[in-house]
Amino acid sequence: MKAFIRQKGLVAPLDRANVDTDLIIPKQFLKSIKRTGFGPNLFDELRYLDEGYPGQDCSNRPINPDFVLNQPRYEGASVLLARKNFGCGSSREHAPWALEDFGFRVIIAPSFADIFFNNAFKNGLLLIQLDEATVDRLFDAVEHTPGYRLDVDLVEQKILMPEGEAIDFEVDAFRKYCLENGLDDIGLTLTDNSHAIREFETRHRASQPWLFRDA
Amino acid sequence: MAGQTLYDKLWASHLVSSRDDGTSLIYIDRHLLHEVTSPQAFEGLRLADRRPWRIDANIATADHNVPTSLKERSAGIAGIEDNVSRIQVQTLDDNTTSFGIETFGINDVRQGIVHIIGPEQGATLPGMTVVCGDSHTATHGAFGALAHGIGTSEVEHVLATQCLIQRKMKNMQVRVEGQLGPHVTAKDIVLAIIGKIGTAGGTGCAIEFAGSAIRDLSMEGRMTICNMAIEAGARVGLVAVDDTTIDYVKGRPFAPIPAQWDAAVENWRSLVSDDDAVFDKVVTLDAAAIEPQVSWGTSPEMVVGIHDRVPDPAAATDDTTRRGITRALEYMGLHAGQKMTDIQLDRVFIGSCTNARIEDLRAAAAVVEGRQVAGTIKQAMVVPGSGLVKRQAEQEGLDQVFRDAGFEWREAGCSMCLAMNADKLGAGEHCASTSNRNFEGRQGYGGRTHLVSPAMAAAAAIAGHFVDVREFVDTPAPARRAAGL
Repeated sequence: MKAFIRQKGLVAPLDRANVDTDLIIPKQFLKSIKRTGFGPNLFDELRYLDEGYPGQDCSNRPINPDFVLNQPRYEGASVLLARKNFGCGSSREHAPWALEDFGFRVIIAPSFADIFFNNAFKNGLLLIQLDEATVDRLFDAVEHTPGYRLDVDLVEQKILMPEGEAIDFEVDAFRKYCLENGLDDIGLTLTDNSHAIREFETRHRASQPWLFRDA
Repeated sequence: MAGQTLYDKLWASHLVSSRDDGTSLIYIDRHLLHEVTSPQAFEGLRLADRRPWRIDANIATADHNVPTSLKERSAGIAGIEDNVSRIQVQTLDDNTTSFGIETFGINDVRQGIVHIIGPEQGATLPGMTVVCGDSHTATHGAFGALAHGIGTSEVEHVLATQCLIQRKMKNMQVRVEGQLGPHVTAKDIVLAIIGKIGTAGGTGCAIEFAGSAIRDLSMEGRMTICNMAIEAGARVGLVAVDDTTIDYVKGRPFAPIPAQWDAAVENWRSLVSDDDAVFDKVVTLDAAAIEPQVSWGTSPEMVVGIHDRVPDPAAATDDTTRRGITRALEYMGLHAGQKMTDIQLDRVFIGSCTNARIEDLRAAAAVVEGRQVAGTIKQAMVVPGSGLVKRQAEQEGLDQVFRDAGFEWREAGCSMCLAMNADKLGAGEHCASTSNRNFEGRQGYGGRTHLVSPAMAAAAAIAGHFVDVREFVDTPAPARRAAGL
């Protein structure tokens, strides 16, 4: 996983509540057995005017000019500004894979769905939850300021606005540690907890042997 | 000190370790795998030269991609016509074979939707932690098991460590008290709950469904409710253990052996929230007031009773909601104030991990029996949730009831719930569906999904439009004709 320390990036606004993971990456692209290459199909049904299929060359497809990410002013955006309950629905990790592959590193919203939230952090994305009034203010600023960029500092847990103001944000200590160091949490679990897991398993097997089919 | 909730107990009994910030490791007893969210996890294991921690905790089957036509299925994996799907199903088979994981192959009678076969095999037991790379894993909470839907990185983590990294959630209780009206089902209860609390109503919470109406449900009904906890934003749904739970589990292939049964039951009896347990949030619904539900929009919270009308965006309390309703109406091709019973349908789908168990098929067949699918319906299909559900239905003659009425009778799989196989809606088509999500494009590009119970879907298939199944079932034949039914 890519480490995240600090990122200054162009902000793209997606002004829509309850964006579900089916919308982020439609089901036909879930047939892939790879982790990469989902970027061209991010928001496929919003971005293009035709129905996409896996393995297709997307460069010749008809573009929906009304969709925000197709507007030239948001080209190269790495910060996505979204509305409440972003990432609801299916547990597909293809959703953060597609967002990351497209170039996003930060998503700011008033709230996120639980499974998506977990999945995103495991793929080097920083998800920032801010209150609705602040998110409203950012939507307003982005709309009225071409080239609006935010400087997101994970170490200090601050978003620096071009206006000079700083917004503090919360992040779990463990998620922050993994993200700053680009750490694979499987390796961490095995290094720190192998012994504890084995001990737990021995007790668990003794008290509830029916949970172990090889008992 | 206050008592513990069922969730508190399950959390405590699986806690391996905790960090200062609350990040914890919980031990996983059962891991269900399918073809869509596992290939990258197996690849990750191989790249890091890791082995699964505990092989016997895992069970696999292909469900999302599998064709449901007998023609394709009869030739096994090689018969899957879609190349990309075939490779994915084959990859699951290769991975589970090479790691020695028990797999129900696509022509094994035990194959089916993971959330149907786990309980059916007794592989889901009370007091377990259950995970699967699928958000509808919440289903297994109906057994008093702590069941989480997880992403692919977590699938790999569970394979490698037998643990999941989690923070403890909040406790939420949804109480449904009183008696349901006739032909009002578990599906109507859960849609009514989502309509009331919204799709983010349970975010960050484990929801325990309680109250007399939940106690009165069969295990299958409880599974339908817990299945859609995720549609209320909750990763975990739960129902306390009682005799209904224990009777269901007894005698199933993976259930405790007779020598361990009494000890297991004694343990399971404690899997209830204490009387003095405190919940962070409590919501109460009156069962008797729940009408058969139909969704009108593109989020499961966009749902009303059958006698209600499509809402008016002008009545919304905030801008984001107003724009959401306007956009949903545009996508669904509906207008404010339209009667739900006036929505004409193109296809009907009875299936999915929400509603493809034997009781669901019986409820639908009871409505269909002796009637014909309306001529305006292009396709009405029944997709049993597993090979065993299909066999049971055939033994009861339900397949014939459906076929006689004009329904297609398919092989088991996820099918049109998410349209990863050939079963899908065309653009603009309206579908009465017993599945769980009505998101844009979910059942096919441009498709328009309306979520309903199996009985309501069956009635809609016969009528060609939505209809109150209660009037439909109780109306004698001549009156039915006079009413255009």
